[in-house]
Amino acid sequence: MSRILDWIDQRIPLSNTLKLHVTQYPAPKNFNFWYLMGSLALVVLVNQIVTGIWLTMSYNPSAEGAFASVEYIMRDVEYGWLLRYMHSTGASFFFIVVYLHMFRGLMYGSYQKPRELLWIFGMLIFLVLMAEAFMGYMLPWGQMSYWGAQVIISLFGTIPFGIGEALTTWIRGDYVISGATLNRFFALHVIALPLVIVILVFLHLIALHEVGSNNPDGIDLKKPKGSVKEEDKSPYEFHERYTKKYDIVDSIPFHPYYTVKDLVGLAVFLIFFAWVIFYAPTMGGQFLEPPNFEAADPMRTPEHIAPVWYFTPFYAILAAVPNPIGGVILMFGSIVLLFLMPWIDRSSVRSIRYRSGLHKANLAMLVVSFIVLGFVGALPPTELFTRIGQIFTFLYFAFFVFLFFYSKNEKTKPLPERVTK
Amino acid sequence: MMKRFLMALAFLLPSAAFAAGYSGPLDKADYDLRDQASLQRGAQIFMNYCLGCHTMQYQRYQRTFEDLGIPVDLGQELLQFTGDGPGSHMISAIDADASSDWFGLTPPDLTMVARVRGADWLYTYFRSFYEDPSRPFGVNNEIFENVGMPHVLQELQGVPRQTYERRMVDGEMRDVYVGIRSDGSGRMSPDEFDQAMLDLTAFLVYTGEPVYLERQRLGYYVIGFLFVFLILTILLKREFWRDIK
Repeated sequence: MSRILDWIDQRIPLSNTLKLHVTQYPAPKNFNFWYLMGSLALVVLVNQIVTGIWLTMSYNPSAEGAFASVEYIMRDVEYGWLLRYMHSTGASFFFIVVYLHMFRGLMYGSYQKPRELLWIFGMLIFLVLMAEAFMGYMLPWGQMSYWGAQVIISLFGTIPFGIGEALTTWIRGDYVISGATLNRFFALHVIALPLVIVILVFLHLIALHEVGSNNPDGIDLKKPKGSVKEEDKSPYEFHERYTKKYDIVDSIPFHPYYTVKDLVGLAVFLIFFAWVIFYAPTMGGQFLEPPNFEAADPMRTPEHIAPVWYFTPFYAILAAVPNPIGGVILMFGSIVLLFLMPWIDRSSVRSIRYRSGLHKANLAMLVVSFIVLGFVGALPPTELFTRIGQIFTFLYFAFFVFLFFYSKNEKTKPLPERVTK
Repeated sequence: MMKRFLMALAFLLPSAAFAAGYSGPLDKADYDLRDQASLQRGAQIFMNYCLGCHTMQYQRYQRTFEDLGIPVDLGQELLQFTGDGPGSHMISAIDADASSDWFGLTPPDLTMVARVRGADWLYTYFRSFYEDPSRPFGVNNEIFENVGMPHVLQELQGVPRQTYERRMVDGEMRDVYVGIRSDGSGRMSPDEFDQAMLDLTAFLVYTGEPVYLERQRLGYYVIGFLFVFLILTILLKREFWRDIK
């Protein structure tokens, strides 16, 4: 066995890579619930890829055959229904874990120096994930697939100077959404975007391991070499890549400690996941919308077009502005501001545990705004809901403005030297 | 093209509101997918009265017979009126273009109508036809205004009429609407008709997702296994983390 390993190690750095990134990677020992989301996102990604491959085997990406082929999968393919529900439920769960993962980052300041690029790779994953989900939702070619896509693609049509209309035609590959659109979205959904996501996830992880994981206390656990007494150092063997430059405290090897801990998280997650797959695959019309069980009909508009739940906060921001181009700018702006978080937040303290009450209230405001916008975006537009949407759109943006101003001279609590329990 | 584009844009505007469908109360459809006799009766009504114009193009005869506990040869003899094999889909006898000419639009496929409309809606809809001489087929529907189809179940229900009773309201006699009542010319009593419509609803719920019962059954084992897995992972984690302070 060891001779085989030696043989391989002389040709590719297998043992060394495993040590560097798994068995001798120093992870803070105080990770809590929120730190499960990253590994869970990876699990869902694998679920989406594997079930997606099998769905592709029976799916027919044509305007004439798409809807029927999904029903063929649901009825005639062995366990096709299970694959389909795993995939459709996985899409929603992907966003659940990614939103929680992002909130974790906001809470503990995981975007702050030196993790700016790590955060940006994460945001890029989020952006591509939204495109991936949008294109995937079109593939069943139901009424909501068709009309939802119609609305989203027409967003690009708001760009003035004649660019918009040419752009929408270019995106659709036709003057209306048609089989040509479906075909290209299929290609992007199954090849291009998953490939981009996998590459971005790889970069996200490389960036993470380069700068090291943040932790709920937001303090650095890699101390300058020679500054830590021998008995205070973590008593584990870490890769020399990390110990050469730093003295490492309060850390444990990722494997086996976090692999076994993540397994517990995985088991709990899978129970929720399986419960939805087997007992609530449409989640009351939220994960799979009722009109989407009807084949796309370009001549007939559904009564109420609502995007799937994970897009509704952004949709509400879009709808909050009476002027379409203004709404589009604001919607993209709401995501751009998240990208800029490392520079908007000018505090030297990362974790919410040691930040001011003002910051806690401000972050709470962001969360409440995001959730309220999520509800507003799902409901039919009435005057009242639009007004509520406008108020919370304002508050959403206010979070970033406030943060930029108070964070520079924020009254923070003293940081601990070592992690707390 | 431009019009379609403007229409799509209109959805972006907060003021855009569209004609809402029926949003009043619905009768609860208390069906039971485990009651095969009910599903079989529902299938019988569907094959005899619905499949003439509507299709059920994603569902196969054989699958239906097997799931409903009907021997395939018996099902073919009594429920399958086309000469095709048992593996074929339930396609309507009439031509889609012709029916589009006759009714104004092709009667929708009903395979998943229960997933689109919901069981309660269907159950209420079936029992909400009423006589309306102003309509082309002489009937209208209380929860589907100006419905485009005739009341094909009239021979079962009789002629349904919106019925008013003179009652004392606030000190004066008024005609109060009491609902739809059959004139009694149908083959079924009102209770029998309600039961038949519940059977039909159950059948449509079944075809909306034939795998429903299997999904419920399998989930039990999967989640049971996951709980065992959870206990093992908790024990494993404890064992490893014992030495972390």
